[in-house]
Amino acid sequence: MVQDMALLVQYVVVGLAVGSLYALVALGIVLLYRTSRILNFAHGDLATFGTFIAFALLTAWRWPFAAASLGSLLTTAVVGAAFFFLVIRPAKESTLLGKIVITLGLALVLQGATVILWGTGTKILPFPLSDIKVYRLGQVVVSQISVGSFAVGLALMGALYVLVQHTRVGLAMRAVSQDTVAAQVLGIPVKQIFALTWGLASALGAAAGILLAPATLLDPYMMLDPFLKGFAAAVLGGIDSMPGAAVGGLLLGVLEALFGGYVSVKFKTTLAFLIIIAVLVVRPEGLLGREYKRRV
Amino acid sequence: MELRQRYEEDLTLVRGVLGWSALLALLAFLALLPVLAPGYFLYTASLVAVHVVIAVGLNLLVGYTGQISLGHAGFVAVGAYAAGVLATRLHVPWPGAMLGGGIAAAFFGFLVGIPALRLTGPYLTIATLGFGIAVNQVLTNWEQLSGGRTGLFLPKLAIAGVRLRDHHIYYLFAGLAAALVWIATNLVRSHVGRAFVAIRDSDIAAEVMGVNLTVYKTLAFAVSAFYAGIGGAMLAYLLGYLEPQLFTLFESIYYFSMIVIGGLGTIPGSILGAILLTILPQQLAGLKQYLPLVYGATIVLVMAVEPLGIYGRWLRIKLWFKTWPF
Repeated sequence: MVQDMALLVQYVVVGLAVGSLYALVALGIVLLYRTSRILNFAHGDLATFGTFIAFALLTAWRWPFAAASLGSLLTTAVVGAAFFFLVIRPAKESTLLGKIVITLGLALVLQGATVILWGTGTKILPFPLSDIKVYRLGQVVVSQISVGSFAVGLALMGALYVLVQHTRVGLAMRAVSQDTVAAQVLGIPVKQIFALTWGLASALGAAAGILLAPATLLDPYMMLDPFLKGFAAAVLGGIDSMPGAAVGGLLLGVLEALFGGYVSVKFKTTLAFLIIIAVLVVRPEGLLGREYKRRV
Repeated sequence: MELRQRYEEDLTLVRGVLGWSALLALLAFLALLPVLAPGYFLYTASLVAVHVVIAVGLNLLVGYTGQISLGHAGFVAVGAYAAGVLATRLHVPWPGAMLGGGIAAAFFGFLVGIPALRLTGPYLTIATLGFGIAVNQVLTNWEQLSGGRTGLFLPKLAIAGVRLRDHHIYYLFAGLAAALVWIATNLVRSHVGRAFVAIRDSDIAAEVMGVNLTVYKTLAFAVSAFYAGIGGAMLAYLLGYLEPQLFTLFESIYYFSMIVIGGLGTIPGSILGAILLTILPQQLAGLKQYLPLVYGATIVLVMAVEPLGIYGRWLRIKLWFKTWPF
């Protein structure tokens, strides 16, 4: 009985650690969707690109880990913002479908660039925390890396919350997301806010990528699965709600770990998507999303 | 400016000397292709036929009814495996197996259409994407059905015991594709097609005007999935073997790109997109490493410059000549 409890807690802990990374990916997607109504399918590939930048800075340039991570986040942010200025803004396309396709195109471009620059072989990102060193709390075992990534994930979420809710820039971002034209009329530099959002969202993705790298190893397709899970988490929580993204990510991680532990590892992903479809049928706007109203 | 006086004149698909000669030239070109083109190109041409069927079906759903599907490879997979299982386990001859593939996929299309009644935009995107991934994972892990790592091998196409050669398969597939395109063209001109377009433009307004959303949304999914299933069965027979890796998220995106690059909500656009995106990767096969880069850049460029796709650009060129010199 005690053992059963310990096993359950163990699965939940593992799920929370993975879920915090899903939540980070989901936050990037939600941040961008809220502001610009773009579903960014290149989010995963931007993140992979950022992780490879960190890898290059760490191994070829021999930067310390913190500096390399920071450099990677900044580079990815610049790439994201550049994409906004070079493609999204000049594009005539304005439908949801068209924008999805543009970001799919960007995803392919980034993936191609990553393959050409670094090849398709798997690489190991030198990470300061180890997954062999573990902490024991009773019968529950937690690896150092899980604790670290959970902590960093929570810290980033907190920082993002403060930025969006308690700063002038965050206020401008919220205003733009509510009504772009009204925000522009009131003198908010909408263009810069969009670019900033692209940059922030991309940097969040890169952070998730670096934290995931020790678990998945580094290859050009490493972020595909986490991106899909993050996307699913964002939709589960409600695509326009930032707390929703965090809750959706953690929930998805825990559900997946429980199902993987008790039922079947093979059908883990299938289950995740079936749950999401079931939730959406009951609540079409996601768990914490606002109900979708429109003028006819 | 031609004046149409009778309803029958409005119904005709091919008009005037120019229309008929263009159609005849096209048919002659398709008929002579095996003579003109090198042997290996026939395989590509058959693959184009498969993709035309899938793209036309997808465009009925996305372009005409306005329902996003990023899991279309799932329907293609259902059709392909249904045909494969019917042909290998139950020894059903190929016309029956293909039809079975189409019907099985249509059934799944109907099932996916039910949650789609309540979902829009990103929510529908994730639901269909999830369906595609679920199908792929079930096929990968359910080895009795899919044959596991070794794959599922299909019997060769044969009519009355005579094995079909490459150019026979090409004629068969081109004929099938032409028939399905013809059906789709007529479908979108009927009351069903008008209901689809009304739902795309505004589902609430359509409902007010008496369009039954439940019926037509699930019908759109079922018809689109039927096309995908037939396409999948054709693909299964063309390749001769099946493995789950043929039906991943990448394929869903690939089919989706076809209709967007070709032109959303147009049948000729779907055909043009399918042709371009089948032949382009084959011609660029030498630059395999640069393929995703070129491919992605092409998509971004087309979308940035011409949102209506290739067919939209063609319509504009035609309009320019029609109104010239103004």
